[in-house]
Amino acid sequence: MKENKATSFMQETDAPKERGLWLDVWTRLRKNKVALVGMFFLILLVVVSLSTFVIDLVTKESFYNNFVIKQELTEKLKGPSAGHIFGQDEFGRDVFLRIIWGTRYSLLLGVGATIMAALLGGAVGAVAGFYGKKLDNLLMRLMDILLSIPSILLSIAIVAALGTNMFNVMLAIAISYVPQYARIVRAAIMEQKSMEYIEASRAVGAADPRIIIRHIIPNAMAPIIVQATLGIAGCILSIAGLSFLGLGIQPPVPEWGGMLSNARQYMRDAWHITAFPGLAIMLTILSLNLVGDALRDALDPKLKN
Amino acid sequence: MIKYIFKRILMLIPVLIGVTFIVYFILALTPGDPVTIILGDQATEQSKEELREELGLNQPLLKRYADYMVGLLHGDMGKSYKNNLDVADQIMERFPNTAILALTAILIAMLVGVPVGIISAKHQNTILDRISMIFALTGISMPVFWLGLLLVIIFAVNLRILPSSGFDTSSIAAAARSLILPGIVLSVNSMATITRMTRSSMLEVMRKDYIDTARAKGVSERVVTFRHMLSNALIPIITVVGISFGNLLGGSIITETVFAWPGIGRFVVESIKMKDTPTVLGCVIFLSVMFSIVNLLIDILYAFVDPRIKSQYKLK
Repeated sequence: MKENKATSFMQETDAPKERGLWLDVWTRLRKNKVALVGMFFLILLVVVSLSTFVIDLVTKESFYNNFVIKQELTEKLKGPSAGHIFGQDEFGRDVFLRIIWGTRYSLLLGVGATIMAALLGGAVGAVAGFYGKKLDNLLMRLMDILLSIPSILLSIAIVAALGTNMFNVMLAIAISYVPQYARIVRAAIMEQKSMEYIEASRAVGAADPRIIIRHIIPNAMAPIIVQATLGIAGCILSIAGLSFLGLGIQPPVPEWGGMLSNARQYMRDAWHITAFPGLAIMLTILSLNLVGDALRDALDPKLKN
Repeated sequence: MIKYIFKRILMLIPVLIGVTFIVYFILALTPGDPVTIILGDQATEQSKEELREELGLNQPLLKRYADYMVGLLHGDMGKSYKNNLDVADQIMERFPNTAILALTAILIAMLVGVPVGIISAKHQNTILDRISMIFALTGISMPVFWLGLLLVIIFAVNLRILPSSGFDTSSIAAAARSLILPGIVLSVNSMATITRMTRSSMLEVMRKDYIDTARAKGVSERVVTFRHMLSNALIPIITVVGISFGNLLGGSIITETVFAWPGIGRFVVESIKMKDTPTVLGCVIFLSVMFSIVNLLIDILYAFVDPRIKSQYKLK
């Protein structure tokens, strides 16, 4: 209740128009307790992965070398214990620490691939939607063609051709997501294009790129954000999948999918090295999906039944 | 109607040309000299040059693509770099296994997804609805390879009631048993998507006035649910089933790897690791063409389900 009063007070004093949408969204989002849990988990992941960077920096990677990738072959495949709560892997490395150090790859590559896809797809969609006609037809048919290749297959082909370093993996995943963003941005632009405020800004002499970037995109942001949240989930899953196939991030880097790929051979003797990295992937994807769904409902309450 | 189908088929042609073009050029970037891969490091420069000539590798890329397309239209996808076997033959040998797996998965997904979605919508906001929605969301978030490994640990390693890998075709019962785990694993993502789509599509239709009208007429609830609601909610459900089926063809790559399933998916992964480019190319093109054909069939199916499309073409 208190907060409500505070916000209404702020709305009177600050510029009310700019606060409107996102404050509204947050008010609605807050009611969805499950999504808040998901959001909390995601924040935790970000904090955890940031602190691994700090630890690496402060200890000059000695913590990483002495604990995360240190092999203790005498204790290989040992189950969870007080010293190693998620047990030890095929080289006696601590599974828990490897998962913690692995957060950065999933998060960074997932977010990176999504941003790349959104920028590429957004540019294609914006040009197609804004200029229409032949250019639109050409670009969107190209997107249709990309969409007719199953996304994981396209990523696999790209990685097979370019090699499996981190940038290529990210690029491979990003390209297969480009058409989705192109379609969303195109649809949004076509909707906004005919609005009066666009005509007004053109009348005062704004150039096309400025109209698109400063006026249209901000007004079409809602569906893009929802798609991006769900898109990160898809990208993380695809990256883990590629690594699982041995075509993504290569060992000894503690990437979650790669850990599962190694765990396969020891499945019969040690369930824990399979169970925990997969759980980490699943909880991350679940949280992203929860937040994405909740954002969609919050941004467009009409869609919710 | 026929005109509509014909138009759809015509639209497929440029897409297929585009797909083969993109895939061909991506894979043409593959590093490593094919001739060295085939003949090994020890080969003499002369024999390498001869083979290069024979394979047409000295030709410009566009010419090679054109030649490849001509071959493709005759069902010729070239020969494997590794064992010199015909790529098309090897794909056709494995395709039935992938098709069986994908069909099983889509069947499981539909048989579970649609009823659960209907029940969920009919009992909106009850505990039943909540539980099935939690399951659906978990299903969407589930990494298939992880689920596969877990089920193998539970049912094959510990309980020992199902085989952990391979496709045992010695008898129908054995084949069915080896289909259970991979079928379930491959179906989970689609099942969840279908459940969610069925629920939201049903909820949308339930609010319509004609549903009230039907009830007011005294039509039984069962008939209202299936005839009035479901048949009108069907179009988005079909769309999502179609998309899922296409994704299953791609998704089977991971499932087939987990279960050592003798299909195209595992074949393509193995071929990539052996740098066998013609085989990879053949598999990717084959699966993409299949994907496009499935999408085409879905589009044609719309015409049967959606009277608006039918009438649109009757008028002309």
